[in-house]
Amino acid sequence: MDLNLNDEHSMGTTIIGVTYDGGVVLGADSRTSTGMYVANRASDKITQLTDNVYVCRSGSAADSQIVSDYVRYFLHQHTIQLGQPATVKVAANLVRLMAYNNKNMLQTGLIVGGWDKYEGGKIYGIPLGGTIVEQPFAIGGSGSSYLYGFFDQAWKEGMTKDEAEQLVVKAVSLAIARDGASGGVVRTVIINADGVTRNFHPGDSLQLWHEELEPQNSLLDILNTASPEPMNF
Amino acid sequence: MSKGMVEVPPKGGFSFDLCRRNDMLAQKGAKAPSYRKTGTTIVGLIFQDGVILGADTRATEGPIVCDKNCEKIHYMAPNIYCCGAGTAADTEAVTDMVSSQLQLHRYHTSRESRVVTALTLLKRHLFNYQGYVQAALVLGGVDVTGPHLHTIYPHGSTDTLPFSTMGSGSLAAMSVFESKYKEGLTKDEGIKLVTEAICAGIFNDLGSGSNVDVCVITKGQKEYLRNHLLPNPRTYVNEKGYAFPKKIEVLLTKITPLKEKVEIVEASDAMEE
Repeated sequence: MDLNLNDEHSMGTTIIGVTYDGGVVLGADSRTSTGMYVANRASDKITQLTDNVYVCRSGSAADSQIVSDYVRYFLHQHTIQLGQPATVKVAANLVRLMAYNNKNMLQTGLIVGGWDKYEGGKIYGIPLGGTIVEQPFAIGGSGSSYLYGFFDQAWKEGMTKDEAEQLVVKAVSLAIARDGASGGVVRTVIINADGVTRNFHPGDSLQLWHEELEPQNSLLDILNTASPEPMNF
Repeated sequence: MSKGMVEVPPKGGFSFDLCRRNDMLAQKGAKAPSYRKTGTTIVGLIFQDGVILGADTRATEGPIVCDKNCEKIHYMAPNIYCCGAGTAADTEAVTDMVSSQLQLHRYHTSRESRVVTALTLLKRHLFNYQGYVQAALVLGGVDVTGPHLHTIYPHGSTDTLPFSTMGSGSLAAMSVFESKYKEGLTKDEGIKLVTEAICAGIFNDLGSGSNVDVCVITKGQKEYLRNHLLPNPRTYVNEKGYAFPKKIEVLLTKITPLKEKVEIVEASDAMEE
């Protein structure tokens, strides 16, 4: 079995952005793979662009990190020049311009989500190629293939914040169950008028789906005198 | 070129003269030497007071070990060190370059360098070269904002984790970390764990071997433990020693030490601004 550790670092990924009545919920898994090896099992794919706008990254890890760095820098300048927080539409369009103008060199799909006082909560999907699509919900990454049918059935207008977050966690967890390139923990970010809330759902707290087994404690726990504490992120 | 032209001294830039010779040699069947890679196991972890970096010391050129005791933990700043895996020339060059940039930055800002500065400089350079600079790095250090540990991949992406491994022996070392790492390790526990992880790489990975180097960085202090562990000593030494064949007469024996120890006298006055 060839692990091929020299492959590019890519985030197989499942990323989701969902609007609800009053804001948006962004969700992602946490697996970054290099070929068949999981290079980072606890990565954070939801990156901040401004205080009120976040982006979910998928595809090439390097490309998406660099694009979000550049957009964060442009948005910072824009905020200073404008004198007030940038709108989600401006942030998404800056991302789209970077993605479209460099389409030959980049391989990254992004979902921009945030809240501003003019339009409220908004989600913009920016897939490969650099299209920008404003949607009530967006899904992306390799794991999203398994979620199109699920969202067609489960999505409704006017959800509450908790319903939206539960939907996102359930969806990412379903994608993790079926997609080999998605895994780890589920991270969610809720953005609304009150601010930003980051949540962390460890892998073993997720619901079990068809034919999934209960997690068992590793026998290695016998080796360590005290069982290792879960890491805090 | 006409023979009547005046001989002009060559200007700067790459001279392509040898490319024809190389082509001719390749056609005749001579293989070009392969890149010198540091097969490598490099690791880093965060413990309660700072960061510990570890590395093996084998450098390979294809199937041959070309250096049994090379240094893979590179100096970046007094408070920042970087382990490098991949092509040896690339890791050396990129860490040297960023180390110089950091020093200039220190002069410019009159402040201790921060790990994120080194991180951004490295990742921008590697991304600009789209993965052709094959350097996979584990960057660790302690600055005013606390201890930091980052991994940097050849294409320019970075990860920030409490423990990380890179190189061909990374899977062996990661298995040790995943079973035994916990938060709040003491310095001795941390060094022991790093040594175990590197040993796992040394003994189970063909691209890693020889000795274990460790570097402990804490606030205001660093300890570079070169050859902290030597688990592969040379066990057989020929008793006869080296002797010239009997036909050759030794006329003169002169031993010149190559490195002279230089006494450094501290300057008496600091430079005035």
